[in-house]
Amino acid sequence: MTATLEAPAPAAGEIPSFTVTLRVRRFNPEVSDEATWQDFTVEAHGTDRILDALHKIKWDEDGSLTFRRSCAHGVCGSDAMRINGRNRLACKTLLKDVNPDKPITVEPIKGLPVVKDLVVDMEPFFASYREIMPFLITTGNEPSKERYQSPEDRARFDDTTKCILCAACTSSCPVFWTDGQYFGPAAIVNAHRFIFDSRDEGGSQRLEILNDKEGVWRCRTTFNCTEACPRGIEVTKAIQEVKRAMITRAF
Amino acid sequence: MTHGTAAVAKVDSPRSPYARRKTTRGNYELYSWVFMRASGVVLLVLIFGHLFVNLMVGEGVHAIDFGFVAGKWASPMWQVWDLLMLWLAMIHGTNGVRTIINDYATRDVTRGVLKGLLYLAFAVVVVLGTLVIFTFDACPPGSPAELLPSFCTA
Ligand code: HEM
Ligand code: SF4
Ligand code: FES
Repeated sequence: MTATLEAPAPAAGEIPSFTVTLRVRRFNPEVSDEATWQDFTVEAHGTDRILDALHKIKWDEDGSLTFRRSCAHGVCGSDAMRINGRNRLACKTLLKDVNPDKPITVEPIKGLPVVKDLVVDMEPFFASYREIMPFLITTGNEPSKERYQSPEDRARFDDTTKCILCAACTSSCPVFWTDGQYFGPAAIVNAHRFIFDSRDEGGSQRLEILNDKEGVWRCRTTFNCTEACPRGIEVTKAIQEVKRAMITRAF
Repeated sequence: MTHGTAAVAKVDSPRSPYARRKTTRGNYELYSWVFMRASGVVLLVLIFGHLFVNLMVGEGVHAIDFGFVAGKWASPMWQVWDLLMLWLAMIHGTNGVRTIINDYATRDVTRGVLKGLLYLAFAVVVVLGTLVIFTFDACPPGSPAELLPSFCTA
């Protein structure tokens, strides 16, 4: 948005700053088996994100604070965390959008084993992802040129190509929290990406894999995943489309 | 030796416990999902039909007594209606609670015990209910006539 010239404006380029408290869930298995809350108060600007505040804490206050981040711009999917009870990417969440007047709670995403502070073990999540075979499956000879696809056929699965595997959806799902056996929304989203790709021939194999007791039928349509997805993917809709494909196949 | 190795040694192999315990493919959950929707639609008709006839038609709720129920169950139409409602609601409800147990019980033992109790309750209610619908005697001998439906002659 363009800044408007309204008196008395702060010095050019200057953004108003405020103090904000982050209530961070800390866990260090080398020190204690218990996780604890720790408050940090930092000086922040209106343009700062949760990630900037975490950086300030780590760089200026407590170097032991542990979290993942790589791109810092919502592309790599490293920094999904539970912010004020909702799964968000720390790098895409502005402090001013999550009510900085009260302490902002920051926790690791739920349902995956915590390694330290905000870092969880993503292995169970990726195990489910690998199970749905997230790669193109074809038969016959390799074509000598590209595999053509009409724009309409491409549009069929466009939404689910946007996934960055951040696990925000899977770790927002109450069914996944219980015992971690459910494949989870992200695995289904990535299966959807190939099941509805006209070039792919592994669709029925993937439907077979997700027609598991722990597959799509455990979905209770709570929409937590759609709400959590930082890419705006209509996750619940994708899951229902996979369910429908299974039902048309069975009857 | 070093701080690093000591820390690593404390942590179990990160992979082993997370594998999905077993593959459980098959159409069972698919049929169960479809059944919940199909039986839901039928139950909608059965339950609201039941409520309408019992509570709204004629004198409505004030007409319900032994005679009213006995009169209904003397007709094969209402016997079938109630039998269907009993079975569908019980299978639908039991399957729904089975889902809830699967979603909330974290330990296999808890899950097993709760489901055992659930299926026991299902069996008791369905057997008793079916028995009552089929063996119901609308005119038990020796009862005061004013409590009985009009067609009782004895
Ligand atoms: C009035 C007609 C009814 C309709 C249209 C209906 C519909 C449904 C549907 C579609 C589901 C599946 C929800 C899901 O998969 O997430 C469901 C679940 C369930 N139903 Fe019914 N139902 C009806 C009556 C009943 C009755 C009479 C009972 C009790 C005996 C019952 C108990 C349950 C339970 C316990 C669940 C599981 C809840 C859950 O999965 O979250 N329903 N119902
Ligand atoms: S579907 Fe969305 S929330 Fe789920 S892993 Fe992909 S990007 Fe993250
Ligand atoms: S750090 Fe890459 S998505 Fe946030």
